[in-house]
Amino acid sequence: MAEAIQIQKASAPAIPLTQRLPQTKGWKELVRDIWDDNPTFRMILAMCPTMGATNMAINGMAQGLATLIATVASSATVAALRTIIPAEVRLPAYMIIIAFWVTIVDIFLRAYLPPLSAALGPYVPLIITNCFVLGRAEAFASQNSPGLSALDALGVGLGFTMSLTLLGIVRELLGFGSLFGIQIFSGWTPWVIMIIPAGAFLLVGLYVGIVKHFSPGGQIGGGA
Amino acid sequence: MDIFLIVLGAILTNNILLTTFLGICPFIGVSGEYASASGMGMAVIFVLTMTLPANWLIKHFILDPLGVSYLSLIVYIVTIAFLVQVVEMFMKRFLPALYSSLGIFLPLITVNCAILGGVLFAIATWNLGFMESVAYGFGGGVGWALAIILMAAIRERLRFAPIPEGLKGPGIALIIAGLMAMSFVGFSGMINIRDFGG
Repeated sequence: MAEAIQIQKASAPAIPLTQRLPQTKGWKELVRDIWDDNPTFRMILAMCPTMGATNMAINGMAQGLATLIATVASSATVAALRTIIPAEVRLPAYMIIIAFWVTIVDIFLRAYLPPLSAALGPYVPLIITNCFVLGRAEAFASQNSPGLSALDALGVGLGFTMSLTLLGIVRELLGFGSLFGIQIFSGWTPWVIMIIPAGAFLLVGLYVGIVKHFSPGGQIGGGA
Repeated sequence: MDIFLIVLGAILTNNILLTTFLGICPFIGVSGEYASASGMGMAVIFVLTMTLPANWLIKHFILDPLGVSYLSLIVYIVTIAFLVQVVEMFMKRFLPALYSSLGIFLPLITVNCAILGGVLFAIATWNLGFMESVAYGFGGGVGWALAIILMAAIRERLRFAPIPEGLKGPGIALIIAGLMAMSFVGFSGMINIRDFGG
């Protein structure tokens, strides 16, 4: 009997991290935001950078990561200030917080990664009007602790980065025959349509259709 | 003549929606019905024509002389939010019919990337002059409205079409937008607004 209790005591902390982690609230938020509420293919949000910055895989990934950093920082800030900001002026206040963080990201990119900043052009500053950044601030961060809000934002950001990188990979592969700048197909005839705007629209439309076809559940909708 | 060319270019060759991907969320979300689509188009024309010159003046007379251009993004978005509010109050007072037909779309324009995107392209990237900015703002708005109205008309005809289940709604709308973008490629090269910049 005593032996059994001892074994139990000893084995309790031995549950591997991979089994303990999925039980926590933060983890559930994270997974839900990455897949079930994927901002690009599920919610049809943040379409401008999705199309404008994905003609190359590296651009898509960079745009996704820039958005991720701005979203996490803004959500944590909004959550930390949620008791101070009066409800009547919360939307302008959120916009200013988001604009502040996006400015920081933009200046950082311009200083340390100038070629990438030039390739992305105005799509980095346009993260300000990215619907889901404000959406997470309003729907989640205004009612939760900074830590949980940061995790929630991280999930959305990772889902967004994943979608953008996927789009960038296909567009670069078909449009240039290369992947992350490395030539994959030699003597490839570039599909010009994949580089021009029309290809982006067609490809996102197809992706949305495929995702909806294989997992019909979840919310699909267009926002403003 | 330049002004006319910029307006035409903003509508056809540099269409803000189909060539620079700005304002796609409302384009997909609000294009289900013709009436709301045209209302949204009108609101975008209105706000874009007003915010571009306003932000041009702020950049050239306040931000640049004070050397605080790193604040530009915050100032632009606050100006846009403020102007949307002013336009809303003005319309409510003097054009109540138009105001009630636009409804919720007017306040939503603050987070429409076509507005901030138009400002960034015209003022930051291309560095247009004052009159050119006004022309680009008006033309860009008309181009956006043209695209969403065309899209709404097509989607109304598609309501009973046999579309695969997965593509219904946003999926088919994006593919139609792709075909529209392809047809607008035919205009490319006629006018390039970049050439009018300083």
